[in-house]
Amino acid sequence: MPIYSALRSLWHVFKHTFRRPITVQYPEERPRIPPRWRGRIILSRDPAGGERCVACYLCSAACPVGCIALQAAEDEHGRRYPAFFRINFSRCIFCGYCEEACPTRAIQLTPDFEMCEYDRQNLVYEKEDLLISGPGKYPDYDFYRVAGVAVGVKDKGAGERELPPVDVRSLLP
Amino acid sequence: MTEPWRSLVVIVGVLAIALLVIMAQVWLERRIIARWQDRRGPNRVGPFGLLQLIADVIKLFTKEDWTPPFADRPVFVLAPAVVMTAGMMSFAVIPFAPTIGIVDLNIGLLFFLAMSSMGVYSVVLGGWASNSKYSLLGGMRAAAQMLSYEVFMGLSLAGVVALAGSFSLRDIVEAQRHGWFIVPQALGFVVFLIAGIAETHRLPFDLPEAESELVAGYHTEYSSMKFGMFFVGEYVGIALVSAMITTLFLGGWLGPWLPPLAWFGIKTFFFMCFFYLMRGSLPRPRYDQLMAYGWKLMLPLAMLNLLVTGAFLAAR
Ligand code: SF4
Ligand code: SF4
Repeated sequence: MPIYSALRSLWHVFKHTFRRPITVQYPEERPRIPPRWRGRIILSRDPAGGERCVACYLCSAACPVGCIALQAAEDEHGRRYPAFFRINFSRCIFCGYCEEACPTRAIQLTPDFEMCEYDRQNLVYEKEDLLISGPGKYPDYDFYRVAGVAVGVKDKGAGERELPPVDVRSLLP
Repeated sequence: MTEPWRSLVVIVGVLAIALLVIMAQVWLERRIIARWQDRRGPNRVGPFGLLQLIADVIKLFTKEDWTPPFADRPVFVLAPAVVMTAGMMSFAVIPFAPTIGIVDLNIGLLFFLAMSSMGVYSVVLGGWASNSKYSLLGGMRAAAQMLSYEVFMGLSLAGVVALAGSFSLRDIVEAQRHGWFIVPQALGFVVFLIAGIAETHRLPFDLPEAESELVAGYHTEYSSMKFGMFFVGEYVGIALVSAMITTLFLGGWLGPWLPPLAWFGIKTFFFMCFFYLMRGSLPRPRYDQLMAYGWKLMLPLAMLNLLVTGAFLAAR
């Protein structure tokens, strides 16, 4: 028998008697969760208070488990928004692909993980449950100020880092 | 111990305390091993998680008591009872203090060895009666392991008996008044400790149940309180072997200042913790290694110990 190594492991394990346990006593003691933790998903609003989501279906297409369902609609200015937006959290694997795919930074994962339910059906979140009142992790970003069509937020050529439109029919420089 | 009522009190007291200690061990082991693994262990149910024990017992009792239809029913039921009974019987001969102890047999040591051999039956019969391949493999391993370790378990104690000149555990303790036997019998002590671990089939010698290869070995098919008996039987074994080591090598109740019973308790507690430490740190040897250690290393060592002790006694 490798006697030396056996005695050494006994000694090494015994030394742990004098070490503090690393356990975090969860409900009383809270673990520190990093801000980019991938937890409960939200839909955010732009700084002006409008819904960021343009119902492009990219998140739904990127989702590996197919747990996002939505329906596009348009308001009177031609701005797109989801008529309904549904995430089935009993299927979501919190991979964060939806957040990466989103062109408008509407969908975001947050550091909240306490989502237990006794009834599986309660894990299906509708748009009312997902939509928050603020801009989430990106306070200044507004998709329609830097890109996109005129839907009442800005006129053509009035966006940030955007030049006024060129009259392609004119020959003058 | 002339009046019968006094023996009755002692018997009931020893049984109750032994059972309590055995149950407390389950909690103690989980807490201590957790400590060694930088965890906290059960600490939710009751103060320090002490009531976890009761919760576990309630859980065990409310599980379905299932006997598989393919099992050999009478033997299947008998097997777990044997290990408990044999283990508890051994406590009868252990002298806890000068005046506390159930019987003072003049062959106390032999009685202990006989009872610990009875424990083998339980495991083997349990493995056989379950009539399933994992149980059978576990039972076969247990038979081979426990029989071969029994051989030098007895031999390692021969030195102690020779030094004390008696098989009575009380006389053996008294003979250590001028020096514990762990000093002259260091080799015998090591051999007995290892044999004791193998005999209780605790980790690292838990090959009969080896959960990573045999599911749960000989008690794969057991559930509810029948499983509980095997489980408790294992802890009876730990308490018993620790108590025996204390008695045979560490001077039993002898010790300054504190009352005898306290010394006995402290020494036994120390060895129980050592059992947990072994579980927490050592990997399980391969089966052929186990057998090789037994016959090629432990047996010669035990013989050598006996030889040297004998020569020493003859020369004196
Ligand atoms: S985190 Fe992953 S699984 Fe969950 S909704 Fe987003 S893409 Fe789907
Ligand atoms: S959340 Fe983002 S990716 Fe999903 S539909 Fe709305 S804008 Fe598109």
